Amino acid sequence: MALKKDFVKFDKVDKSYDGKVLVVKDLQLDIEEGEFVTMLGPSGSGKTTCLMMLAGFETPTNGEIYLDGRAISSIPPHKRGIGMVFQNYALFPHMTVYENLAFPLRVRKIPKDEADKKIDKALSMVSLQGFASRMPGQLSGGQQQRVAVARSLVFDPQLVLMDEPLGALDKNLRESMQYEIKHIHENIGVTVVYVTHDQSEALTMSNRIAVFNDGKVQQLSSPDELYEKPVNSFVAEFIGENNTFVGEVSDISGGKCKVKIANTDILANPISVKGKGEKTKISLRPERALINPSDQMDNIHSGKIEEVIYHGDHTRVRINLLGNNQFILKVPNSSANLDIKLGKDIKIGWNSEDARALDPS
Amino acid sequence: MSSETKQILTTDGIPLEVSLKKAERKNKIKAFLLVAPLLLFLIITYVFPIGDMLFRSVDDKMVTQMLPKTFKAMENWDGQELPEEEVFAAFHEDFIKLVEDKREGKLSTQLNYTKNGFKSIIKKLRRKSKSFEEGNYKEQIMSVHKRWADVEYWRAIKRRAPEFTSQKYLKGMDMYVNEEGKIVSVEEDRRIHRVLWLRTLEIAFFVTVFCFLMAYPIAHLLATLPMKYSNLLMICVLLPFWTSLLVRTASWMILLQQQGIVNDFFVGIGLVADDNRPEMMYNKTGSYVAMTQILLPFMVLPLYSVMKTISPSLMRAGKSLGGTPFVAFWKVYFPLTIPGIGAGCLLVFILAIGYYITPALVGGASGTLISNQIAFHMKSTLDWSFASAMGLMLLSGVLVIYWLYNKLVGIDNIKLG
Repeated sequence: MALKKDFVKFDKVDKSYDGKVLVVKDLQLDIEEGEFVTMLGPSGSGKTTCLMMLAGFETPTNGEIYLDGRAISSIPPHKRGIGMVFQNYALFPHMTVYENLAFPLRVRKIPKDEADKKIDKALSMVSLQGFASRMPGQLSGGQQQRVAVARSLVFDPQLVLMDEPLGALDKNLRESMQYEIKHIHENIGVTVVYVTHDQSEALTMSNRIAVFNDGKVQQLSSPDELYEKPVNSFVAEFIGENNTFVGEVSDISGGKCKVKIANTDILANPISVKGKGEKTKISLRPERALINPSDQMDNIHSGKIEEVIYHGDHTRVRINLLGNNQFILKVPNSSANLDIKLGKDIKIGWNSEDARALDPS
Repeated sequence: MSSETKQILTTDGIPLEVSLKKAERKNKIKAFLLVAPLLLFLIITYVFPIGDMLFRSVDDKMVTQMLPKTFKAMENWDGQELPEEEVFAAFHEDFIKLVEDKREGKLSTQLNYTKNGFKSIIKKLRRKSKSFEEGNYKEQIMSVHKRWADVEYWRAIKRRAPEFTSQKYLKGMDMYVNEEGKIVSVEEDRRIHRVLWLRTLEIAFFVTVFCFLMAYPIAHLLATLPMKYSNLLMICVLLPFWTSLLVRTASWMILLQQQGIVNDFFVGIGLVADDNRPEMMYNKTGSYVAMTQILLPFMVLPLYSVMKTISPSLMRAGKSLGGTPFVAFWKVYFPLTIPGIGAGCLLVFILAIGYYITPALVGGASGTLISNQIAFHMKSTLDWSFASAMGLMLLSGVLVIYWLYNKLVGIDNIKLG
């Protein structure tokens, strides 16, 4: 069976709540069958609205959403057959775990013995066998979360939506749940659309990530591409740590450009600059800048150490470099790097390939 | 393992428990002193008067103390034939004393409760007793009025001998102790209280049902509307609370009377003929309408407070799992509102069962409740012991309902806010 490329398709979807402001603007998004796609963005960026439109709790103001080739805007939520995990789990507090899981099966009139098998399977998937007769209130946050996941999968939906499902858990639990959800997804091959504002969660779990800002998808790509090759300065700053320089393009040739910053020219990789005189913002990941650089690097500058923060395996060093006193460097903890002291001047170098000249905003 | 737990000592060697109590004693005393004025106030103005009032319903010492010698003499009387001379002599002695204290009127009132006809013969006895000669009181008293020669009146007196009585309660149930000492119902055409009890239950029940049916959507709207509108709606719900009960009832009188606004409107749109205006007041309808409106907030508020806590994502979850909106409501939302329903219904029912002013004003003859009867005995007949007996019966009724509710739903399931 060939996997459909556009299992879920947002086609020119607009959404406005008050007729004045567009929360989602001209959204174009295809999700492949069996894929784990994360919608990532700051709060108010429209990601949850998109999920709600997909689930059927909001209607698009304009455009159409297709699920498996069918337009679904006019189908009410209970007929869409989409599983959903809510932010606060939304387990029915007056029903036992078993009854919670049986709910979607009962409304589908699935015979009891078959339903029991499905419930057993779903509970073992989240390793909660033996918890069937508990009330949700008697479970810990992580267990409730697993019940919510099991409930969203128990009726074998083709698509599962998850709306910041791990937001209420503590850090350790959140991380182990991330792997658990990822493994469940890998095992049963269901399509998952996941919403979060936590970038590490998105990077860990997803096949592809759609970064939302201001009602638009800024970039839709795999986690590594998103981190390594951000297409604009919003994505560069939103994902991971980022050092920036604001300047003006003074020359552009041969896949490189010269950018003038504080009377110094630095070499950069022109991503969204086209010609001379354009304003640009250069993005450079902290781990791509090195101290004691080798001579092959085409950018070597020196700056003064303003702050040193010890992190165990590495040291974060804040440097005043080319007028930017927020330049962060991650120095691995090794015997070669023991001479980092406050107030010292050090040399820093990076390849122009890694300095991406993006839009100035 | 030994079941005996070792006593833990503090560093000074005092047992930990003793030390803890000592440390907390000061706080406890402080806390008690803080509530003491209120406690005292409640005892003086609430517990004591109510206790005293309720005691009146069984207290029958008055007659016992007025005729002490008579009752002593009656102890050996079997009640079959007219009593012996010694009873008459003792009665005469008691009676003379009462006349001297000018208390014979009270006696006549009391005895008249037991049996009609005592008032006039006691009056007559007082007049005649001045010219009684010593000795043979039986003859002399019997010659005052033929009822004094009737054994039934003497039995009636004997029935008042005990210090405590249950006859007020029996009367509240339209029953009495007959001449043979058996508990029987009064004649069909004199039964008024049973009808009133049943009507009180009926009206309270239906008012609760109507309140529930109307309050549920309002409370739901209140809990789900955006703050801006829900505040306005909340004010509308609470507005009646800020208006005097009398004013609200009076406005219903203006609306519901035969020449009132509602009737005018019905005539105006041609629903009813002008000469055939329906009576919507001074009957049960009036009580239903006015009481439902007045008690509505008591249903809305507990429901609202419960609905407010139900996350909207639960309904969404119900729908996303494949339940139709109705199934999601019925299986998910409704069961979660049961604590509010229980609280609201109990509150409205208990308030309705003791309602007084509104039914008195708009209820007419067929819309009055037991509480109006209680008020009647408090103010008009001054039979306080009967009023208090009925009050206690009402109270026990409420307690029974509370107990039943606790058995069926569980009182800790109640949520008032």
